[in-house]
Amino acid sequence: MRGAGMRLWLWFDDLIGCSAALGPVMTHLVPRAKKTRWFYVLGSATLIVFLVQVFTGIALSSAYVAGSGQAYESLRFITQNHLGRILRGIHDIGASAMIILIGLHAIRVYLMGSYKYPRQMNWLTGAGLLLFTILMAFTGQLLRWDQNGFWTAVVAAEQAGKVPVIGRWLARFLLAGDTAGGATLSRFFAAHVFFVPACIFAFLGLHLYLVLHNGISEPPKAGEPVDPRTYRRWYRRLLERDGIPFWPDAGWRDLFFGMLVVIVIVVLAIVIGPAKLGKPPDPTIVQASPRPDWYFLWYFALLTLTPKWSERWVIVLGPLVFGLFLILLPLVAPKGERSPLRRPWSILVVVSIVGVIGYYTHMGFLAPWAPRLDAEPLPAQVVGAAGASVAAGAQLFHDKGCEYCHQIAGYGGIRGPDLTYVGDRLTADEIETRIFSGAANMPSYTKILTPAELKDLLAFLASRRRLTAAMPPP
Amino acid sequence: MDDLNAPPAPLPLDDPARRRFFGKLGAICGSIVGFIVAIPSIVFLLGLRKASQEWRSLGSADLFRVGETKLVSFLDPSPLPWAGVTARTAAWLRREDDGTFIAFSVNCTHLGCPVRWLPGAKLFMCPCHGGVYFGNGAVASGPPPAPLPTYPVRLRDGNVEILTTPLPISGK
Repeated sequence: MRGAGMRLWLWFDDLIGCSAALGPVMTHLVPRAKKTRWFYVLGSATLIVFLVQVFTGIALSSAYVAGSGQAYESLRFITQNHLGRILRGIHDIGASAMIILIGLHAIRVYLMGSYKYPRQMNWLTGAGLLLFTILMAFTGQLLRWDQNGFWTAVVAAEQAGKVPVIGRWLARFLLAGDTAGGATLSRFFAAHVFFVPACIFAFLGLHLYLVLHNGISEPPKAGEPVDPRTYRRWYRRLLERDGIPFWPDAGWRDLFFGMLVVIVIVVLAIVIGPAKLGKPPDPTIVQASPRPDWYFLWYFALLTLTPKWSERWVIVLGPLVFGLFLILLPLVAPKGERSPLRRPWSILVVVSIVGVIGYYTHMGFLAPWAPRLDAEPLPAQVVGAAGASVAAGAQLFHDKGCEYCHQIAGYGGIRGPDLTYVGDRLTADEIETRIFSGAANMPSYTKILTPAELKDLLAFLASRRRLTAAMPPP
Repeated sequence: MDDLNAPPAPLPLDDPARRRFFGKLGAICGSIVGFIVAIPSIVFLLGLRKASQEWRSLGSADLFRVGETKLVSFLDPSPLPWAGVTARTAAWLRREDDGTFIAFSVNCTHLGCPVRWLPGAKLFMCPCHGGVYFGNGAVASGPPPAPLPTYPVRLRDGNVEILTTPLPISGK
């Protein structure tokens, strides 16, 4: 039986030339990576997760309706199906995994200086793949087309509108018209399932071809700089002296790590499931608090926390500078030391970028700038029984919107200062001054409060003291 | 095996001018195919429907009390048959006095998030980054770069009508 199977394979292989074409590719020599050998699995893991995304994406697209009016209902339909829910989960968590893995892969290549001669084009095609992965993540969260997805399209158009000269045209191009509506979703769907994936396949093909053409980079050694005149000959000698066949000697690690990643994705998809669908994409439901998925949260937070005057520059110049850095890096520094020990600033660059993204992601989850528009009026035990004026002031504290931004005893927003004990810090006159003058992020209440309302509000705020909080008056 | 797969050695070539001509002819044929397919595709992709502006009825003026700011919804300027709920759009409408109405966009001028009217405070507040507008649409605090845009409103035979407007893009 085994003999017959082998004969069939040999017949087939002779006709299509599989072994002849792929054999040398699979067994091409790669350098021994020794201690850093597990760092070389990140790129292939990204590729494996990309294939997972392609498979689950095709399965999902067989039931998804790419129309502004029906996409939401079709996703509910998919999610109600047990396997559909798991598939959505794999696709959703797979997207996060791709972002993480491609980021780690880029960091590995950058720290090891693998972008230097002769692999500059490997780096540049990789930079293209990073851009396309970000575009896939962005268009993908939008295709969820719930309330958040709808407002993501609006926010994207508004951000595009801040680009000089072509901003307005770009915004209308993204929306496919003057408003976010019927034509908008189809546009993002075409980008997500046809246009960007086609770009990814093209760049991926080139990227993999270049890995073979230039050979995978050997682990860097301090004191062995890259010299473009001698590098290729030197690399060839290295392989002849101490190379190992890619398959299976090195490649098994790629598949082993890839398997672990996929198992984690599938288990998380079963246990946690996909991102929950929000309210329907109805533009007339204004009870909405649009937030991007976690991988864009840091950018969302960054836009809020930069000073107002610099915002336009951050929106436009930020991505431009990052893109230029990626493009210029291999062109400006194509030779010299590769080891991170001799390029300490490269460690600094990575730590700064990861630090900035980490800090702003944290701030994005905390969202201290967002008013808590769902804050309920303060309960009686917080207000205390200090008279009708204080009680009326407490009600005004909620009704006039103070509570959306200021916290008292754990109730309310955190945009402005906590006012639990404001009576200890400020006199009634000082509080009045602040209410009237407002601040950069607080409206002036001069025209909003009547004298009677102001009196009650001041009575309430002045009563916010440690003493009264600890011992309510009899 | 390797020798069998190797390409046959090229024959001696003659008439280089003729070969150059065919090379050019082939390139031109390929370019023509590319152009006649790419141009309509790209023009279609870039072609944006310019929405006409339409007056839409919001119902009888009696539905609105003087001084009250209400959320109204109406069909957007370019509803498509498959747009579903996304064909609708909203505005904050206030009756200033018997004959005057004013309608504000629900889209914050910062990044387009939907602002909410706080009736007690008489302020519009944005949930995304905390932008605040006064009742007249002027910026009160926070990141918005410009006042809330207004829509034209008119009274016709006792009905309030609003002129649909493209999504306000605040950038320049």
